[in-house]
Amino acid sequence: MTTNGGGSRTVSTPESSGSRSDATMTDNAPLGSPRVDDAVIESRGLDVFYGDDQALHGIDMDIPERKVTALIGPSGCGKSTFLRSINRMNDLIDIARVEGDLRFHGKNVYDDDVDPVALRRKIGMVFQKPNPFPKSIRDNVAYGLRVQGKDDGDVDAKVRTALERAALLDEVEDQLDSSGLDLSGGQQQRLCIARAIAPDPEVILMDEPASALDPVATSKIEDLVEELSEEYTVVIVTHNMQQAARISDKTAVFLTGGHLVEFDDTNKIFENPESDRVEDYITGKFG
Amino acid sequence: MSTNNPFADGTDDIERKRQIGRVFVGICFASTLVGIVALVALLADVIYESWGWVTWEFLTYPPSQVVENFLPDGRGAGIYPAIVGSIFLIALTAVFTIFLGVGAAVYLEEYAADSQLKSFIEANIANLAGVPSIVYGLLGLAIFVRGIQLGSSLIAGALTLTLLILPIVIVSTQESLRSVPDSQRQAAYGVGATQWQVIRDVVLPRALPGIMTGTILSLSRAIGETAPILMVGAATSLFVSPDSLTAPFSAMPMMIFEWATLPEPEFQHVAAAGIVVLLTILLLMNAVAILIRNKYDPRS
Repeated sequence: MTTNGGGSRTVSTPESSGSRSDATMTDNAPLGSPRVDDAVIESRGLDVFYGDDQALHGIDMDIPERKVTALIGPSGCGKSTFLRSINRMNDLIDIARVEGDLRFHGKNVYDDDVDPVALRRKIGMVFQKPNPFPKSIRDNVAYGLRVQGKDDGDVDAKVRTALERAALLDEVEDQLDSSGLDLSGGQQQRLCIARAIAPDPEVILMDEPASALDPVATSKIEDLVEELSEEYTVVIVTHNMQQAARISDKTAVFLTGGHLVEFDDTNKIFENPESDRVEDYITGKFG
Repeated sequence: MSTNNPFADGTDDIERKRQIGRVFVGICFASTLVGIVALVALLADVIYESWGWVTWEFLTYPPSQVVENFLPDGRGAGIYPAIVGSIFLIALTAVFTIFLGVGAAVYLEEYAADSQLKSFIEANIANLAGVPSIVYGLLGLAIFVRGIQLGSSLIAGALTLTLLILPIVIVSTQESLRSVPDSQRQAAYGVGATQWQVIRDVVLPRALPGIMTGTILSLSRAIGETAPILMVGAATSLFVSPDSLTAPFSAMPMMIFEWATLPEPEFQHVAAAGIVVLLTILLLMNAVAILIRNKYDPRS
C-alpha cells in the first residue's frame, strides 16, 4: 500500500502529461484518487458498447506499475469488460465498440497504428476457467514463446523459469511431457499463469482467476499474485471482496451499469470509502 | 398407522401417466426394430445370395468377356478393375474435398464476418446438400466431361463426386470448428498469437477428429454413388484398371448395376458378391472414422 492515500489527486507522470487534458477529468471521474504517480495504464473516458448497450461509461482511472490493482463489483458491472479492453480482447467480439482513450505508457492502444497482437505480447492474460491446451506441460508454457518467435535458444530454461515463478515447478518437474489436462484445477490455473508470464509481458490481466478453484488452490493463487507484483503489473478482477482486500494495493469499485464509482488504495476503500454505495456494497448490503 | 398412506392423496392418477409413458417407449422400440430388422434382412439376403461367389478370383480378375463365364471356379466374372477404379476415385475425391471443403469451412467459420451474404451462402450450402445426386451427375457431365474436355475420365468422376459431397463436408467441418471452445482460442490470443496461429495451432488440431469423421462418412457415401458416375460415363465392363487421371474407369456400383441387369440368373449371385465387397469397404471406412473419433476425442 504505497503511493498516495486519501482523496488527493496526484499530478500526472511526465511521459503522459503531454496528451492528457484536464478536461477529461469529467463527471465520470470516480471518487477517491483515480490518479497515481507511476501509472502504466491510464484510462480516460473509456466507453465500451456491445451493439446498442453501453457496458462501460467513461472509465477514468490509472493502474500503477508493479502493483496489484483489483477490480471489484457485482455481476454485470463491467469489471471484466474493462479488463478485456486493456489488451483488446474485446476486439474478438464483433459487436463490441470502444470510445475514449486507454493508454499504455502514454500510447492509446486503440490508435490505428497499434497492432492488438503486439499489444497482447506486452499485456498477458489469465482467464476465469483454467484453459490449458491439450498439449504437454512443456508445450503449454512454451506456446507464447513459440508464437512470438522467442523460441530460439534455451526454451527449456525459459519454461522452467516460468513454472518456477508460477510456483508450479516443484510439482511438475518430473512430468513436463505429460498432458497439461492431467493436472488438478489449481495446477492448471498456475500452468496458465506460467504460460502467460513465459514470454515476459509487462502486465498480467487476471479475470477471476480463482473463482473455479477450491479454497486451498485459491490461496496458492493469491500468494502467487502478490509475488508476481514484484516483477509485473497485475490487474485482477474478482467477485470476492476478501480476496481483493488481501492481495491488492489499489481497488476499483464498479457498480451496476458500467460505472467506476470509486478508486483508491485498497485499505482506504475497505476501511473508509467516500461513496455510501461502495460502503454498502463492501459491507454486503447489496451485490 | 400403516393403513394411512400419506402419499395417496388421490388428486392425480400417477399410474395412468406411467402407462402412457410405457406406450410411448413401446412405439419408440418398434421404430428402432423396423430399422434393425430391415438391415439384418438385407445383409442376410445379400450374404446368402453371394455365398461361395466372393472368391480370390472374383477379387483379382476383370469381368469376363464371355457372358456365360460367370462361374466362381476358374476365370469367371471378376471385380478387380472396378475395385481399383473405386479406390482411385475415392482417393482423388478425398484430396479435392479436404482442400476445398475444409478451406471453405475455415473461411466461413473463422474469417468471414457475420453478414447477410454469409447467411445466404450458408443457407445455400445446406440446400445443396439435399440436391439429388443425379443432378450433380448432369453438372459433372456438362462441366468436366464436355466443358473442360476431361472426357469420361477418372478425374472427371472424382470432381463430380467432390461437388456432390462438398456441401456435407463444409457443413460438418463448420460444426467441428464451432465446437472448439472459445476459451481455447482466447488462451492463444492472450499470449499474442495471430489469427492464423490460433487457427493452425489450436482450432484445427482440436477440430480435426470431427473434420475427419465427417469427411470419411461423406466419402463412404460417395463410394456407393451410382447416378453421378453413370452420368459422367463410367464404363461398365472395363478389363484393365485405370492407369492415369484421364483414363476411363469403372467403379463398383457401376459394375454391380451392370451385373444386376444381366438376364442370366447366375449373375444375381455375381452382383450380390459385388455388393458384399462394396459393403465391406464401406464398413471399413466407417470403422476408421469411428476409431479416429474415439482416439482423438479430448473428452476421453
